[in-house]
Amino acid sequence: MKVRLVDIAHARSGDKGDTANVGVIALRREWYDLIARELTEQRVTDHFRGVITGDVKRFELPNLGALNFLLHGALDGGGTLSLKTDAQGKVFSTALLRMTLDVPDAEARALALPAAS
Amino acid sequence: MKQVVRVAAGQGFWGDWLEAPRRQVEGGPVDYLMLDYLAEVTMSILQKQKERDPTMGYARDFLGAMESVLTAVVERGVKVIANAGGVNPVSCADAVRELAKAKGVGGKVKIGVVTGDDLLPRIDDLISRGHALANMDTGEPLSIVRDRVLSANAYIGSTPIVEALARGAQVVVTGRSTDTALTMAPLRHEFGWAADDWDKLAAGIIAGHIIECGAQCSGGNCLIDWQNIPDLANVGYPIVNANPDGTFEISKHPGTGGRISVPSVTEQLVYEMGDPNAYITPDVVADFTTIKLESAGPDRVRVFGIAGRPSTDKLKVSIAYRAGFKAVGTLVYSWPDALPKAELADRVLRERLDRLGLRFDKVMTEFVGASATHGPLAGAPNGDMPEVQLRFGVRGEDRAAVERFTREIAPLVLNGPPSVTGFAGGRPKVEEIVAYWPALIDKTEVMTAVEVIS
Repeated sequence: MKVRLVDIAHARSGDKGDTANVGVIALRREWYDLIARELTEQRVTDHFRGVITGDVKRFELPNLGALNFLLHGALDGGGTLSLKTDAQGKVFSTALLRMTLDVPDAEARALALPAAS
Repeated sequence: MKQVVRVAAGQGFWGDWLEAPRRQVEGGPVDYLMLDYLAEVTMSILQKQKERDPTMGYARDFLGAMESVLTAVVERGVKVIANAGGVNPVSCADAVRELAKAKGVGGKVKIGVVTGDDLLPRIDDLISRGHALANMDTGEPLSIVRDRVLSANAYIGSTPIVEALARGAQVVVTGRSTDTALTMAPLRHEFGWAADDWDKLAAGIIAGHIIECGAQCSGGNCLIDWQNIPDLANVGYPIVNANPDGTFEISKHPGTGGRISVPSVTEQLVYEMGDPNAYITPDVVADFTTIKLESAGPDRVRVFGIAGRPSTDKLKVSIAYRAGFKAVGTLVYSWPDALPKAELADRVLRERLDRLGLRFDKVMTEFVGASATHGPLAGAPNGDMPEVQLRFGVRGEDRAAVERFTREIAPLVLNGPPSVTGFAGGRPKVEEIVAYWPALIDKTEVMTAVEVIS
């Protein structure tokens, strides 16, 4: 079943120099394991291909039901150097939430995941 | 010893809501008002102001905030802690003293001033003694931009603020204190936490992180359930209610809008996060993977379980340097075919800049309404868009080239693609870029000082 990340998680992003961080938080604690399994460093790297110039680093915060991603080379130099509208990486959060996940039907049913329409 | 100490956040950055400090002091009982004014490049802006006038160089908004709360904080015994001092904490404190006199409370307010973070006068000495002040992102030594450095400040921790409070200061003004130290210091002062009580210090830092961006933990910029967050016009800024054991609750004043919930606090916890296992501050290394949150009633979240580790022997240094010039211009194209018109204007503009022989380090085009924020992730644009904004920016070392670019936007209104508007703002402004250079310095090189004036 196709599941939109935006339907099962919320997020906030910010900046540090030329790096944007995106914290992704499961909307329900029981969805965290699935999100942690699906949102690998590789998957997020692929998602942002052509958008960022550096690599992606992932950290886990199971205590908060959250993952933290550092997206390097995301902000055209960052801060005052950047010519981007989103020079401070404020909406990389929702850019990540555009991702769609493929979840086995049985698991999706067991977790009561909302299906992508 | 107090069993609960209440620290209220009244300003999340320089430019935050002018109403917030007064609302925090008058909206209910609090013990401390914490005001954070400094972002990464703020120090360099203040340094430029100080060069023009040696009595300037601090966040002038702070005087407006003090004007709005001074009488009330004196009456209620609320203490104020702010990093509004910028590159001139002494002049900032003098200005507060004058304000107190003018308000008739001059004899009642002791003002603490924390100095010692300013490394600008010592840069050459530090470099000559082998401190490379290498850029933490690129590894390059500071010497390559030395002649362009505008400001250099060490991020200092809670210790000098604790000292100022111990000496009776009711208002403490600092330079480049860390944002989190402004909240943690009063907790150390009130509860007598030792400088190596790592778990409690980490708890104080995390309390500071949660409230340092003001309403961003109490319903502002909150994605989850944003449609239903009540009364944002009347949003309540957050308050830390701290206990001696290092646990604390986040709340806001009764009758205010916004929302404090486990998800709203979690969004703020992950904001600007690096490695959550090691949130490094001058006081302690806090471990965000130990934080536990639970609801403690309506608009109230309990935070507990926090662990910390010894701090490192380094301080981070915030250095600002001149890094060329930039300008950004915009035009708006309307239906029909708004995006193709904007795309044609972009090609025309690029060809004209080429023919003029202008060279830039970077030229960037964005189509606001189609792809400016999410780029290719936004997918194919809707063909029937009512309008698209062409946003065109250049960056380079040559001011004259950037200046010449700013003259090429307006002509497109008459000699480019049709259905164009939105140029009333006039020619784009050339901005000098002041860039950020993060570095590390040995703690032993930075000596802070505290003065208490009345």
